[in-house]
Amino acid sequence: MLGYYCMLALYSFKRSKTVTALMTLAIGLGIGASMTMITVLHVMSGDPLPGRSAHLYVPVIDPHPVSPVKPKDNVVDGALTWIDAMYLLHTTRADRQSAMAAGSLPVHPAQGSLRPFFESGHYVTADFFPMFGTPFRAGGGWSAREDENHARVAVLNAGLNRKLFGNASGIGRTVRLKNTDFRVIGVLDDWQPQPTFYAQIDNAAFGSTDQFFIPLKTAQELNFGIAGRMQCWGNGGDARLSDHCAWLQFWVELDSTAKAHAYRDFLADYWRDQQAHGRFPRPVNAQLYGLIDWLGNQHVVPGDLRLQLWLAVGFLGVCMLNIVGLLLAKFLRRSGEISVRRALGARRRDVFLQLGVEAGMVGLVGGALGLCLAEMGLWSVRRQPDGYAHLAQMDTAMLLGTFALAIAAGLSAGLIPAWRACHVAPALQLKTQ
Amino acid sequence: MSLPPIIASLTRHKLTALLLVLQVGLTCAIVCNVAFMIVDRVQQLRQPSGVAESELAMIESTDLDQDAQPLVRHQIDLAALRTIPGVQSAVAADALPFNHHDWSNGITLAPDGPARATATVFDGTAGELAVLGLHLVEGRDFLPDEYVPMGSAHDWNGIDQVPATIVTRALAEKLFPGQDPLGKNIYPGDNPIRIVGVVDHLLRPQAHESADNEYATVLPLLPDANDVTYVLRTAPRDRERVLKQATAVLEHLHANRILRYAQTFEQLRADFFHRNRTMIGLLVAAAAGLLIVTALGIAGLASFWVQQRRHSIGIRRAVGATRRDVLRYFQFENFLIVGTGVILGAMLAYGLNLLLMWHYEQPRLPMPYVAMGATALWLLGQLAVLGPALRAASVPPVVATRAA
Repeated sequence: MLGYYCMLALYSFKRSKTVTALMTLAIGLGIGASMTMITVLHVMSGDPLPGRSAHLYVPVIDPHPVSPVKPKDNVVDGALTWIDAMYLLHTTRADRQSAMAAGSLPVHPAQGSLRPFFESGHYVTADFFPMFGTPFRAGGGWSAREDENHARVAVLNAGLNRKLFGNASGIGRTVRLKNTDFRVIGVLDDWQPQPTFYAQIDNAAFGSTDQFFIPLKTAQELNFGIAGRMQCWGNGGDARLSDHCAWLQFWVELDSTAKAHAYRDFLADYWRDQQAHGRFPRPVNAQLYGLIDWLGNQHVVPGDLRLQLWLAVGFLGVCMLNIVGLLLAKFLRRSGEISVRRALGARRRDVFLQLGVEAGMVGLVGGALGLCLAEMGLWSVRRQPDGYAHLAQMDTAMLLGTFALAIAAGLSAGLIPAWRACHVAPALQLKTQ
Repeated sequence: MSLPPIIASLTRHKLTALLLVLQVGLTCAIVCNVAFMIVDRVQQLRQPSGVAESELAMIESTDLDQDAQPLVRHQIDLAALRTIPGVQSAVAADALPFNHHDWSNGITLAPDGPARATATVFDGTAGELAVLGLHLVEGRDFLPDEYVPMGSAHDWNGIDQVPATIVTRALAEKLFPGQDPLGKNIYPGDNPIRIVGVVDHLLRPQAHESADNEYATVLPLLPDANDVTYVLRTAPRDRERVLKQATAVLEHLHANRILRYAQTFEQLRADFFHRNRTMIGLLVAAAAGLLIVTALGIAGLASFWVQQRRHSIGIRRAVGATRRDVLRYFQFENFLIVGTGVILGAMLAYGLNLLLMWHYEQPRLPMPYVAMGATALWLLGQLAVLGPALRAASVPPVVATRAA
C-alpha cells in the first residue's frame, strides 16, 4: 500500500511542479541553514578533555576593588593575583593544582638557516601535565622541586619540536627562548585541546595551540612577558607580584564531589579570612566552576554564533509555516478526490497515511537538499579565517540528525493539513461536484 | 469594494489564512530586528578611528639583543625609515586603534579618588599626532621636554612622571562635562597630569561599549620595550612598496630582530572587523531569504485560491463584475491578510527585541524600523499577489457556464 501511496504522491507532485519545487526548496533552505549552525555550535561546545573534564575545576576569587566604572559585561575572567595563586598552589588542598599564564616568546633555532620566530606557549607549574593528562611522545614534565628551583627546563609540543629538531625528539637538547637556554625534558604528542580551555577565554580560544611549556616561577624570575589580560588597580604601579594585579589562571583536580565540596569550603574560608584582613571588598563569594560550566560562563561560543543559530531556526520556522500553508491548500483542493476515495471505502486513516506519505516525501527530498546546503555552508565556514573554522565538520550523528530533522519537519508540516483533509465530509463534497 | 464578502470568503479558509498571517508576522518580526542589527553593525564598521587611515603603514619590530637599548634603537631605526623615498614621517608607538594593544587605566580626578572612567594610554615618540593625523581641536601638541620613557621594565612607571596629556573629546566631556578641559589635572597613575590638548576622535585598540570606545589619553611617553610598532605616513599608492623597503632597511640595519605584522592600516582595520562583516553578510542573507520565502508562499497560496475559485470568478464576471473588480478583490484580500500579519509582526518585533535586549545587550528597536519593515512586507505581498490576481482577472465569464 505504501508503494501505491508513493506513486500517488509522485503523481501529485507532477501536477503542481512549481509548488512542490517551492516547498522542497523552502524546507531545504531552512534545514541547510539550521544544520550548518547546529553543527558549528555542536563542535564548539564539545568536551575539550573527554574523561577528565568532570574532575577539573576553576577556583574564582574576585580580588577587584569596588568601582563605579562598570566592568565589561559583568563576567569575571577568573584571573588570580600572584599572592592568591601561590597560596592555593602551596596549600595543596586539591588532588592536583596548577597556576599558569600565557606567554609569547622569541625562539632562537640552533641551526643558522632558520631566523628567530615568535611562538606562543604557557608558563605552568608541575601538576599541569598529570592533571590534564597531556600525552607525551617522549620524556615527561617536571617536579614541584624543579618549580621551586626555577629550573631552566621546557616541554615542547610536537610542532615546535619538529621545527627545531626535525623528526628526532629534542629530549636533552637546548632550546633558546627569548634570552635564556632551556633543556628540553619532554615532547608532547601534538596536544591541542579545542578550545584551549585552560587559557583566558577570548577570540583565540579555538585554533590556537601552545608550543612550549616552561615553569611559571622561572618565567617570573626571567621577567618574561605575559600574553593576555592583566588587570591592576589601586596605587603602586603594575607590579606582577603584588596583590593588586590579577593575571594568573588556576586549575585544580578534585576526584570526587565530596572533595569538591571540601575545596569549596576551603575557598570560602580563605575568602572570609582575607576579607577580615581588608582584601576582597566585593560582595561576591569565592566560586568553584567545573570545566564545562566554566566554558559556558566564559562564553567560549561567541554570542554572534548563538545569534546565527537562532536566526537559522527562525528561518526554518517561517519555512515550515510556509509549507504547512501550501500543503493545506494543496490537500484541500483535492477534497473532491479524497471524498471519492472515502466514498469508495477508504478509511480516514488510509487518507491520512496517503497524505502523510506525500508530506514525508517532501521532507525527505528537502532534507537531502538541506544536507547539500549544510555541507556547502560548512565548507564556507571552513574558509573563514576564524579559529574554529577547521572544526566545522559534520559527523555521523549530525548527518543522521539532518535527515531526522528533515523528515520530522516534513511530517510535522504535513500533519495538520493531512488531518484537516481526512476530515472533509465526503457527502458534501460529492454533492457540490 | 465591500469588505463583508471578502471576510466571509476568508472564513472558509480560516486555517490557511491564519497560517499566512503567522508567517507574515514572524517574517516581519525577524526582518525588523535583523535590519536594525545590520544598521548597528554597519555603523560599527564605519566608526572613524581618528587617524589618517589611508596613509598609514605599520611594522612591528622585536629587538633580540641581550643588552638592547630600546630608546636608542628606536631613534636609529626611525632615522633610517625616514630616508625611504615616499615616507613623509615616522614614529614609534605601541597602541593604535584596532591593534589590540590596550593598556587602560582608571582615571581619577584627585589622588585616591574614585575612578571616573577607564581610558587607554597611547604612547609614542615625538610627532605622533602629526603622523597619525589626529585632529587637535583645542590646545597644543607636546613640547620636546615633556617626553619621558615609558618605564616598561619598571612596571610602566613613566605614567607617574609624565607632565602632560592630550585627551579625546569624548573623555574630556566624560570627565569635565560642560567645562573647559584645558589645564585640568587627571590622575591615571599616582601623580597629576595636565591636559594640554583635545583631539576630536581616537578609537581605542580594542572594541568597548559604544560610549567608552573613544576614552583615550595620548601621553608623551617614549616606548622603551624591545618590541615596538613603527608607524609610517606615506601617500596611499606608496604603502606596499614602502612596507617592503622598510622590512629590508630594518633587517639590514640590525639583523638580530623579528619583524612582524608589516601591514597597512586598512588591512588592520579589515582584520579587526572581519567577523563583523561576515555577520552582516549572514544577516542580509537571512533577511533576504525570509522575504523571498514569504513572498513565494503568498504567491503560491494565491495561485491555489485563484485556481480553486475559477468557477466563482466566472460567475462574478458573468453577472457584471469587471476584470478590474476581480483584480481588486484579490489585491484587497491580500492587503487584509498581510495587514493583519504585519500588525502581529510589529508586536512580535518588539517582543523579539526585548529578548535580544536581555541576552545580547541590543538597544531598543526604534519605531522607524518597524514602520519600514511593515511597509516593505505590505508592498512585497502586493507584488507577490499581482501575478495570480492578474490571472484571476483574465478568467472569462464563459467559465460560469461550464461544469466545475
